[in-house]
Amino acid sequence: MTLLNVERIKLFSTRSPYWCVALILIIGVGVSILFGATASDSSITLSNSQFWANLGMMVAMVMAALAITTEYRFGTIRNSVLAVPKRGSVLAAKTIVVALISAVMGLITSIIAYYLVLTIGGNHNGQMDISTSGDWRVLLGNTVIFALAAVIAVAVGTLVRQSAGAIAILLLWPLLVESIIGAFGKTGRNISEWLPFSAGSRFTQAANPQIEGEDLVSTSAPNWWQGLVVFALTALVLWIIALVVLKRRDA
Amino acid sequence: MIEAIGLSKAYGSTLAVNDLSFAVAPGTVTGFLGPNGAGKSTTMRMILGLDRPTKGKALINGIPYEEISKPLTKVGALLDANWIHPNRSAKSHLRWMAASNGIPASRVTEVLRVVGLEGVGDRAAGKFSLGMKQRLGLAGALLGDPGILLFDEPVNGLDPEGILWIRQFMKSLAAEGRTVLVSSHLLSEMAVTADHLVVIGKGHLISNSSTVDFIANATASTVRVRSPQLPQLRQLLVDQRIAFTDQDGYLSVSDAPIEQVGDIAGAAGLTLHELSGQSGSLEEAFIKLTGDSLEYGDRNPTAALAPGADPFAGPNTLTKGQN
Repeated sequence: MTLLNVERIKLFSTRSPYWCVALILIIGVGVSILFGATASDSSITLSNSQFWANLGMMVAMVMAALAITTEYRFGTIRNSVLAVPKRGSVLAAKTIVVALISAVMGLITSIIAYYLVLTIGGNHNGQMDISTSGDWRVLLGNTVIFALAAVIAVAVGTLVRQSAGAIAILLLWPLLVESIIGAFGKTGRNISEWLPFSAGSRFTQAANPQIEGEDLVSTSAPNWWQGLVVFALTALVLWIIALVVLKRRDA
Repeated sequence: MIEAIGLSKAYGSTLAVNDLSFAVAPGTVTGFLGPNGAGKSTTMRMILGLDRPTKGKALINGIPYEEISKPLTKVGALLDANWIHPNRSAKSHLRWMAASNGIPASRVTEVLRVVGLEGVGDRAAGKFSLGMKQRLGLAGALLGDPGILLFDEPVNGLDPEGILWIRQFMKSLAAEGRTVLVSSHLLSEMAVTADHLVVIGKGHLISNSSTVDFIANATASTVRVRSPQLPQLRQLLVDQRIAFTDQDGYLSVSDAPIEQVGDIAGAAGLTLHELSGQSGSLEEAFIKLTGDSLEYGDRNPTAALAPGADPFAGPNTLTKGQN
């Protein structure tokens, strides 16, 4: 608990987390208002009301990565290790704090986005109804995805030790790398669907997401729980590698 | 009590610190002296558990730093005053450090007052001058009221007022019975600050003695004597087998105490115009001791003017130089 408080003080005594939290809210509100106002009636579904989340997750990852890379940038990692020589505890506390903040932002913004789309776009043919457990998963699933994304970001930040490098990896990986692989024919698409961020995004999608009546996901794609497992394992493995490297490396 | 036992650190094939052993006793300021790149900072980082030794170990009160619980209450360190987040206030910087070691928050205000930063605690540390950052670093080191303190080049870049302040501060900390280890590449600075000196060069231990002994051993003292009857005096010294060198207008006696030279002259009824002890400069002594172990830099700045390389000797020298 002490170390969580320490990481909380560290994080909230700098500016970047405030900016990131504000930016996630702005993205959630902005995207939802635009979507609600412009989308065709058939597109206004529960699943699509969370359009903001991909962009929002990127910002959450930037915040999480900066929490560790700025320590390297300004040398305060040495102070951290001097104060708490058990480096694993420092990394664990930092990860928990940023994952919690990220999760809370995912939860709050998801709900705000849902009500904005519902209010502006309306509920057509019960497409915005929340009845099944799958509906709840789609609405609140970003809480979990945001937390895991923050864990991945802290791990990458610890390994790379540079803000620019870490952010580049974290943004290019889901935006470019996974989709480029998906462009290499049917095999490429089959692989790409199981890559961490694509797989993770299945967790917050309806069972059979469609746009304009066309299937978005092939039958070989992971289902929602398989997607979550892939994403969570990625986070776990990266975090353990980061932990081992942090312990061995000169601070 | 700080102990280094066979401490070694290799970066690739370079040995930054090589089998270094020494102990730092409480109640004194111990200077950790060596030219730039001698391995002082690396050694301090290993003592503090930041860097992993390749071989050997460093102990603080008998245990490695990593095993100390609430280390800030036992050991305070100021290695680099720039290790601060520029947008974090001085107070917040100290607040998280205090929280991590169960130090009451009231102590933050206290140490800020001790180092004279009480008025600027809420300002972002990035806006501080180097002297203020140095004071903030010192406040961080004192936060847990530790019995052991390590400072790495604390006076680097400070103005004279700041240097004096830090110097007096370190002395008062040692006077309170604390163990103080302070590194520097300036012997003149250590001569007025430290009671004991651990001198290293190229990662090797060169000397470990009291400052007084180190300076006495390192600087050759000679006696300078001037007299209108210099030839007679010269003869007397030769008779007594005392070594001296002839200088321009005076003799420089190298292996006799000043009293003996005076007695010899007095017994012979010689008039003296000057009889004074001369000691070599500290810097010369330091360079002489660590000169072989300079990690980089021009080993012999006068090489270009060494015999055979007289710049006025004509084209012949040039040819030699090119070979």
